[in-house]
This record gives sequence, structure tokens and C-alpha cells, in this order.
Amino acid sequence: MKYMLMMNGPRNAYEQFGSWPQKEIEAHIGFMITFSQKLTASGELVSAEGLDAPTQAKIVRAGKDGKPITDGVFPESKEFLAGYWIVDVASTERAYQIAAEASVAPGPGGKPLNMAIEVRQVMSGPPETA
Amino acid sequence: MTFASLNRRTEQLLRDLAPQVLGATLRRFRDFAACEDAVQEALIAAASQWPRDGAPQNPRGWLIQVALRRMTDHVRSEISRRNRETVAVEEVPVVVAPAVYAEPGIDPDDTLVLLFMCCHPSLSPASAIALTLRAVGGLTTAEIAKSFLVPEATMAQRISRAKQSIESSRIPFGMPDAAERAQRLSSVLHVLYLIFNEGYTSSSGPTLHRTDLSNEAIRLTRAVRTLLPDDAQVAGLLALMLLTDARRAARTGPVGELIPLDEQDRSLWDREAIAEGVALVSTALSSAPAGEYQLQAAIAALHDEAPRAEDTDWPQILALYGVLQRMSDNPLVALNRAIATAMVDGPRAALELLEALDKDERLAGSHRLVAVRAHLLERAGDREAAIALYRQAATRTTSVPERNYLLMRAARLSEAP
Repeated sequence: MKYMLMMNGPRNAYEQFGSWPQKEIEAHIGFMITFSQKLTASGELVSAEGLDAPTQAKIVRAGKDGKPITDGVFPESKEFLAGYWIVDVASTERAYQIAAEASVAPGPGGKPLNMAIEVRQVMSGPPETA
Repeated sequence: MTFASLNRRTEQLLRDLAPQVLGATLRRFRDFAACEDAVQEALIAAASQWPRDGAPQNPRGWLIQVALRRMTDHVRSEISRRNRETVAVEEVPVVVAPAVYAEPGIDPDDTLVLLFMCCHPSLSPASAIALTLRAVGGLTTAEIAKSFLVPEATMAQRISRAKQSIESSRIPFGMPDAAERAQRLSSVLHVLYLIFNEGYTSSSGPTLHRTDLSNEAIRLTRAVRTLLPDDAQVAGLLALMLLTDARRAARTGPVGELIPLDEQDRSLWDREAIAEGVALVSTALSSAPAGEYQLQAAIAALHDEAPRAEDTDWPQILALYGVLQRMSDNPLVALNRAIATAMVDGPRAALELLEALDKDERLAGSHRLVAVRAHLLERAGDREAAIALYRQAATRTTSVPERNYLLMRAARLSEAP
């Protein structure tokens, strides 16, 4: 079973992260690297990506002529996707367990962040891209 | 290409010969995809027969002969299929297959011609890179896809579209004439340079080095140098790659963050690669008017030859960037020249140079200009402004190691007493 584990953060998460002391930034990055290495070693990691800060993000719709119309991201949205993991696991419980591990990534003062991780199952069957 | 059952020597031989065989086959048949299949079949035949019967006297001639025979069969069956289907044969592939392939007309330039074709200016850089790695480098589609972090199906499509556009472009398969040759060679070198850079500074993704791509670029550039030993640009590019790659081990820290040149542990640098690069660039500079690759290699050599960062010959580096800037309109060269200026004339002089670059649209929104300004402000003692700009640059870069480096630089500065 495949699950997407989404790490959402507030709009200013990137700036906040940048204002931590050096040791704590290092600890957080080190945690993420180890986390991803463990998932690779257990054969459960399908893919993982981190996303650029939302400041440059755009909402795109097609206009009448089919050409793209871009708009800034909604100012009212409080949370943004910061990155995700796709894991292939034996059970839903295992997906939750992995999400909980990601959730306790260290933050300021070395305390766990207890980030909210959204867990969604990936549909099975051949993708509609092939 | 991997043949599990083969010893390393045979595998290496087949890998080296593959582009030459493909070049020789393409010389006679234009169908890129079919030629590639034919060469694959020839290689598979070799992999099964040679270990059993021993390698032939002339391995290259053997492979070419088998590949040409496969192509002839392919064309015959295509023609009969068309006839069977009683479809009007509008265009039978032009076959120039020799009746008897007595003396394999080996042309050492076949690899070069193949490179000229794969790096044709009509292809987008992404297509040219993929096709070069596939047809000349002999990497599998899966390997190339993995290097560029894209799904295999996507890469397969990119490669097959590149082949199609070569077929439909009617680019003649052959050595371009003398007038065109210099320009075409510069496309080839540019593609090799892009492959190297993609490996050395990954433009996306979490890790800074994809060594397989850097190594492949170096291997291919070495091959081009064997074919064109007197070309100073080729020597310059190879030197640049070796002198840059020599610092690889020292370039990232424990959490994968970038370590700048002046803070690297120079004992980790690859002395052998540096010696080879320095020798190459010295010869290249003395034999021909300096081109961009030679100049960049000369700058890399000056960095590599300094035992400590403070021993770096900045006045000479600044002079070389001056020559380089007169030669190319690349804003990144201007940016590097500003850094060298700071080392020679101080950060204030460099900050003045940056003001001219603010108007350059090619750098608008780029994190590089911001990061360099942050460095210069730090050196000039303007700590608050430097911290703010480091953080701004961090939100703009799309490279994870670079972002981490910039964030830590800001954090270190704000914690400094």
C-alpha cells in the first residue's frame, strides 16, 4: 500500500526555520537525512521531495484562449505543502508510525516540533499517465 | 550496458566500441532507432560468443559487420512487410549497404561524428544531453533517468523524440565541413560541460554530487581529446573538469551542506587530478589563443595550487576574469570578477561593481547576486544587512545543499559575538 505523507507548514515556516541557531538547523537537517536513509534501507521509500518557499508560488488557470493566467497564491491560505514522502508499506499502521517519526523532527531548543503530517493513501491500479 | 557474465575488460571494450559501431552503422543507414537496436543485438551476440569462442582479431570490425547485417535484414523485412501490406512504398530507406564488407572501413572519426550528431544545435540541451549519454556514453535509459531523477518512461520518451528530430532534420551523417566544424565542436563541448555541471552541482534534488554524471562527462571528454589531441578548447574543458572535480571530497559537510572554497580541507583534494589538469591547461594556454574553457581552467588551477586559501593568487585570478569578461557576456562571469575584486581591492569596490549587475535582467530574482552581496557585506562588516540577504538568498535558491549553506551562514553570523 502506498501512502503520501505530507508535511504542511505555515506561510512563514521558511523564514522561521532560517532564524534558528546554527546547531538547531544542523540537527533538523541531520534528522531529515537519517530519516530518509532509514526509509530507503527498509525498502519503503518510493520518493520524497522538498518544495521551494511559497513566496514564488502561483495559481494557474487557463483563460478563454487556453493560455495560462497566473495569480499569486491565496493570501488566506494559512498552510502550505513544504514537502512530501511517498512510502510503500505493509499496513496503514506502519504509514502512521512513519508519519509520527517525521512529526518529531527537532525544532528550536532541540524540542520535537510535533508537526502535523497529513497521511493519504495513493490510489492503486495503473496510473493514468501511461 | 551491463553484461553480468562478462569480465571487466570485455565489458569495457564493448562499451568503448559501442559508439564507434553505432557511428559506422549510422553512416550507412539513417534510421537512428533501428541502428541502435542493431548495435544492441551485435553487442549481445558478442557478449554470448566471445567468452565462449574467444574475442575476434578485429573486435570493432566484427561488431560493425554483425550490426550491418542486422540492419540489412531489418530493411529487407521492412520492404517485404510494406509490399505484403500492398501499401504504396513512398520512401524506401536509402540503403548504401556494401555487398561485401571485406575490409571494415574503420573510421576513427565515427565516434566524433556521432557526437556531432547527438549534440546538434537543433536539439534542446536536455535532449542532446540524454541522447549523448545514451548513444555515445552507452548508459542505459534507466541509468540516465536515475541520474536526472525523472521516471524511466519520461527519459525514454525524451531520447526517442531526440532521435526522431535527428531523423526528420535530415542532418547528413558525416563530418561537418571545416567552416561548420568549429561551431559544431563548441556545441559538443557545451553539452559535455552541462553533463559535468549537472553531476557536480545538481540543479535539483537533495544531494550536491551525482558523481556518475561527472565521471561520465570526464570519460567522454577524454574520448574527444583522443580524437582531437591538438584542440586547445577540448584540452581546456578536460582540464577544467579535472581541476573542479579534484575538490569534490572537500566540497560538502556532514549534513550535505556546501563548503566554500576558502573553508575546504585542502588535504582532501585529489592531487593526481590537479597535476593532470594543470599540465593540460599549461599546454593548452601556450599552444593557442585562450578560449573560455582554458581561462576558466587556468582560474581553477590557481585555486587548486594554493596550499592555503590565503595563498591564493587573487591579482592573477582577477586579471583572468577581466579577460574572460571581455570575451563573454555571461553575468556570472561578472559576478565572479566582483568576488575577485573584493579579494584584491576590498569589499566596497566589489559592491560598487554589483550595482551595475542589478540592472541585468538575466540575474533578476537569482539567488546568486543576493548571496554574493551578502558575502561582500559580511566582509565589509555590515552584519545585519548580510544576515538579511543570506536569508533572502536561501529562500530563492532551489538547491537544498545551497539553501542549507546560506541558512547556516546567516545563523553563524547572527550568533557571532
